[in-house]
Amino acid sequence: MKLPVYMDNHATTPVDPEVLQAMLPYFTEHFGNAASRNHIFGWKADEATEHAREQIARLINADPKEIVFTSGATESDNVAIKGVAEMYRDKGNHIITVVTEHKAVLDTCKRLEKSGYKVTYLPVEKDGRVSTEAVREAIIDQTILISVMFANNEIGTIHPILQIGKIAREKGVLFHTDATQAVGKIPVDVQAMNIDLASLSAHKMYGPKGVGALYVRRKAPRVRLAPLIDGGGHERGMRSGTLNVPGIVGFGKACELCQQKMPEEAARLRALRDKMKDAILGALEDVYLNGHPTERLPGNLNLSFAYVEGESLLMGLKEIALSSGSACTSATLEPSYVLKALGIGEDLAHSSIRFGLGRFNTEEEVDYTIGQVIENVIRLREMSPLYEMVKEGVNLKSVQWPKS
Amino acid sequence: MGYSEKVIDHYSNPRNVGSFQKDEKNVGTGIVGAPECGDVMKLQLKVENDVIVDARFKTFGCGSAIASSSLATEWVKGKTIDEALKIKNTDIVQELSLPPVKIHCSVLAEDAIKAAIDDYKKKTGSEVPVAEKVEEGVGAKKL
Repeated sequence: MKLPVYMDNHATTPVDPEVLQAMLPYFTEHFGNAASRNHIFGWKADEATEHAREQIARLINADPKEIVFTSGATESDNVAIKGVAEMYRDKGNHIITVVTEHKAVLDTCKRLEKSGYKVTYLPVEKDGRVSTEAVREAIIDQTILISVMFANNEIGTIHPILQIGKIAREKGVLFHTDATQAVGKIPVDVQAMNIDLASLSAHKMYGPKGVGALYVRRKAPRVRLAPLIDGGGHERGMRSGTLNVPGIVGFGKACELCQQKMPEEAARLRALRDKMKDAILGALEDVYLNGHPTERLPGNLNLSFAYVEGESLLMGLKEIALSSGSACTSATLEPSYVLKALGIGEDLAHSSIRFGLGRFNTEEEVDYTIGQVIENVIRLREMSPLYEMVKEGVNLKSVQWPKS
Repeated sequence: MGYSEKVIDHYSNPRNVGSFQKDEKNVGTGIVGAPECGDVMKLQLKVENDVIVDARFKTFGCGSAIASSSLATEWVKGKTIDEALKIKNTDIVQELSLPPVKIHCSVLAEDAIKAAIDDYKKKTGSEVPVAEKVEEGVGAKKL
């Protein structure tokens, strides 16, 4: 086993070697501009991007014409929400979203609020799911868009997308989903789920960084978007700019591989994830699972280790790349807003670790991680005044903490 | 964000981890911070003839918080109470090369020393609580 172990696959994934091989000729040999209509260099590039469009569309059961290439999911979220907001301004000014969305959605909504839009931020239940009834009740005559992520990047919770899509369609409201973490990992079907707009990112699914896509429904209903980036009118006017041909080729290949591997890969990762969860929960007391017990991404495990601060645990797990919802790992000194939204308490948010398993993780790495986690939690608890107090029978909630 | 070698050393080999009996007459205990802020430090001092002869700590917090409290226990040992009160958070920042976002860890360690001395003084009935006399620590406290 090679150290360090990478287990932060929600942050990014390595490029699959097959993806890289597919991309390489498009840097040197076939370097043309896909918009060059008059020579073989342009044709080759165009052919490659159209092929990628098909590979991506197939993975989500869309039509290739419905795929708009972007620089990544952040841009896709921005153009979906701002683009709809501007285009449908005459119809209404109300948007529904959820408090645990990615900042690319939340901050976009906040900006729109400054220019007169109204946004409803729905809470989540303690397992991280939004209630479909809450979505239904939030819809008013002015509602033009519902934006709910497919699966959460921190806790892996999968939202009831099928039901929300159904409600949106019934009510005639457009439905956007940030599907960044879900696409390629679990089935996403824009037809069956009545999704009108979906944000995708290549680097979360073993493709390259700097490329993503927005699925934009063309029929029943035809979604219209005001572009964010004006220029040469690429991507049917929705996103100008020369296409990132090698990136797009890699994205397409990554989608094809995910589609082939999904059933087997999801089952393998789920088994490894459950092994890790069971081993850690079996060996340590007062460890809590954050998120939904079953409706979650196969590779996601998010645990809170009471009485141990997350960053100090990560420091002990120095040969394993993980992430924490602890304040100390963020620039703002605030613990994860996603974990806070679950109502787990700030102390447990500070104690959380996210394990993100991916295609290249092995059982040996999982076993190593289990051992390291248990050893370090025991060591840090021996050092923890909170653990000592609990062992002495003190109820931490009843303690009057001094000012800090 | 990288950690300085000294922080890593104190984190990996913390000095004086543990507890004294709280009710011993010559032991002062200071607990500062709060779980919801992500830091709680417990610092204990054993005092003989006005000299700190031994110290123990337990810390819930990040690596820098653990290192700051570990360092504090090393520094107070052998000092008189008045000398220990002169330890400033800025000294800890300098020794451990803490980055700006970690200054609050050093503030907490300074507070913990003062709280422990306060507790000792209250127990032994000597003079006014010291915490009221000392200035606020330098640097950003956690909001």
